[in-house]
Amino acid sequence: MKRRLPLSLHLGAGLTLLLVAMALLSLLWTPYPAEQVRVIARLKPPTAAHWLGTDHFGRDVLSMIMVGARNSLAVGAAAVGLGLLGGVPLGLLAAALGRWGDEAVARLGDLVFAFPAVLTAILLTAALGAGAINVVVALALFNAAVLARVARGAALAVWRRPFVGAALALGRGPLSVTLVHVLPNIAGIVVVQATILFAVAIVNEAALSYLGLGIQPPSPSWGKMLGDAQTHLFTAPLQAVFPGIAIALCVMGLTMLGDGLRDWLDPRHRSSGIL
Amino acid sequence: MPTAKQRLTLAAAAIATAALALAAASQAALAQPRTDLVVGMALEPPHLDPSAGAAGAIKEVTYANLFEPLLRVDADGRLVPGLAERWSVSEDGLTYRFSLRPNAKFHDGTTADSADVKFTLDRARAAESVNAQKAYFAPIAQVETPDPQTAVVTLSRPDGLFLFHMASGDAAIVAPESAATNKQKPVGTGPFKFDRWVAGDRVVLVRNPDYDGAKPKIDRVTFRFISDPAAQVAALKAGDIDAFTLFSTYEALPEFRNDPNFTVMVGSTEGETLLSTNNARKPFDDVRVRRAMAHAIDRQTLIEGVLYGNGVAIGSHFPPHREGYVDLTGLYPYDPARAKALLAEAGYPNGFDTTLRLPPPPYARRGGELVAAMLAEVGIRAKIEPVEWAAWLEKTFKGKDYDLTMIAHTEPLDIDIYARPDYYFNYRSERFNALNDELNRTQDPAKRNALYGEEQRLLAEDAVNGFLFMLPSVTVQKANLSGMWVNRPVQANDVTGVSWK
Repeated sequence: MKRRLPLSLHLGAGLTLLLVAMALLSLLWTPYPAEQVRVIARLKPPTAAHWLGTDHFGRDVLSMIMVGARNSLAVGAAAVGLGLLGGVPLGLLAAALGRWGDEAVARLGDLVFAFPAVLTAILLTAALGAGAINVVVALALFNAAVLARVARGAALAVWRRPFVGAALALGRGPLSVTLVHVLPNIAGIVVVQATILFAVAIVNEAALSYLGLGIQPPSPSWGKMLGDAQTHLFTAPLQAVFPGIAIALCVMGLTMLGDGLRDWLDPRHRSSGIL
Repeated sequence: MPTAKQRLTLAAAAIATAALALAAASQAALAQPRTDLVVGMALEPPHLDPSAGAAGAIKEVTYANLFEPLLRVDADGRLVPGLAERWSVSEDGLTYRFSLRPNAKFHDGTTADSADVKFTLDRARAAESVNAQKAYFAPIAQVETPDPQTAVVTLSRPDGLFLFHMASGDAAIVAPESAATNKQKPVGTGPFKFDRWVAGDRVVLVRNPDYDGAKPKIDRVTFRFISDPAAQVAALKAGDIDAFTLFSTYEALPEFRNDPNFTVMVGSTEGETLLSTNNARKPFDDVRVRRAMAHAIDRQTLIEGVLYGNGVAIGSHFPPHREGYVDLTGLYPYDPARAKALLAEAGYPNGFDTTLRLPPPPYARRGGELVAAMLAEVGIRAKIEPVEWAAWLEKTFKGKDYDLTMIAHTEPLDIDIYARPDYYFNYRSERFNALNDELNRTQDPAKRNALYGEEQRLLAEDAVNGFLFMLPSVTVQKANLSGMWVNRPVQANDVTGVSWK
């Protein structure tokens, strides 16, 4: 059966690919070294030499945004990847064990949910020091809890379906049923959730870097660029505009991608528009 | 009975009269100068007892306003009478005689006499003293009180800076009756007394009607604490703050300079801003590495980038505005090639990795970022580690567990810290210690200045720390306010001379 790809999937994938391409390009080339300081040429508006102008230390904003994309995507990918590795097996385990095992995983999730992700990250960076690694750990913890809950819910639904009963009747063990029947059937839902979480992770990373707790200079980050721009709002308002646009486009792209994927994978949701 | 029409006319007339009266009243109010003052500060003091805390904000609220030391430092850095109206020093520099103001009283009504001086000094030098500058009181051998108006202090060794130290906020005279509760409810002898403290927001002082000296023109001063730079600018523009002291959002200064409603004053502080270096730790134990760092840092760019040009470069640990200053800023000109050569000579042709720990003030966070970029140019890869004040004090200052950090040393005339064996620079120099001992024994100003010069030269030659710039004292205030200090020879917001034009 061939289904039409939803528009949001096109747009989302397009935007995301653009950002990924920009991030990858920054590995090979940026207009200027992103960390190169030239105080004498600071706070310049966009010119032919500096397409997006320069920041308060005279660094090239375009180069910083390119490298910032790489940093944001790397933190997001790590936070979601670790979340998947930790959360999905836990969710599957909960569904397979049932009863107290299920209960234990659910309560563990509640414990994590009791604190918003950003607050957990602030607590963690306060205890262990600011930096990208601690931000990744905090966000991954939150993502794992979300993904475990999603995976568990979806897996429970699969466990109730007749073909699972049939597989069990044929003598398949719970591990085999989980890997062969449950995992493939929940993969779509998990991927959709992971994409949304990717967007959330990028916003959270930006928030933490804005507070000075995330990615540390000299490596540029969109959130820190916003934070630095704050005191220049009256004199050089463009400072805040470009990193702001970058964050907005990135999050929009990933959210639309997740939305589109969900619609594509599950036609029942096509017109609902809610998560 | 008036008709309806007459009534209407009467009402209109009454309203018109009321409006006129109101206008006249507000005119009168405008003509009358204000008698209150709102001072903005970035940091809130942890408590209000200057004799028991290192936080500069304590002294910025209380010094000269609420508490008085024996002597005071005035706006120009001179020693002027405080609680003592006269003082004299013996030939050998060991005996100091202070004559107190005869009618001085604490805010709770108790008399301020020589017994309080003895109590204060003995408390500050006691073994269990919590004074932040205990070393100031260490030379004191005994305090005698021949009569209520006279205190005689005998030193065990000469101390050229003793009077200067007795004029610091740390030496504020306190009473035995109130010393225990000064942190929350300070009781001093100054021209202002404590009114209230709204935690997280402000401290209010009111004029002390019983003050025995010159009465201030302001009858009420409110210190408001605003840490967020954007909120500081907004509060000034909204008119909520009359004067913001130690203003550090330097990028906003052009706006205020262009606004006729505001005056911007840029003066000096005693804050030598340093790239503090752990001299005991590899590779910084090699003077060539420290000199390489000195060559790698472009101070002018740093001053432009961090302070937007509002600062003065230094080449050693001494402020340019003080007598005895020697200009050593040319000793290590900005020269990345020379820095690389020195690093190679020291055995680091490819540079090295290190950590630069940064406390919260903007000069450190911003400056650190720039310094790291400059060090990176010559191959020194400094990982930036931002920390809060408590963590900085614990790990860096007390624990001495660090590579590099950036901090302004704001105590006046504090070059002697390089002679302290347990100081966090981990600098050891027999020659410096000998110079410092000689300085302590010397009273003659010319000789003292020569010794200060030698000390500065030695520190610069050893490139103990990265000597960067003097932190400026920036005050943004309403244009019709006068009497705020331009310079900051001590940590203080002395508002006793402030008035509205």
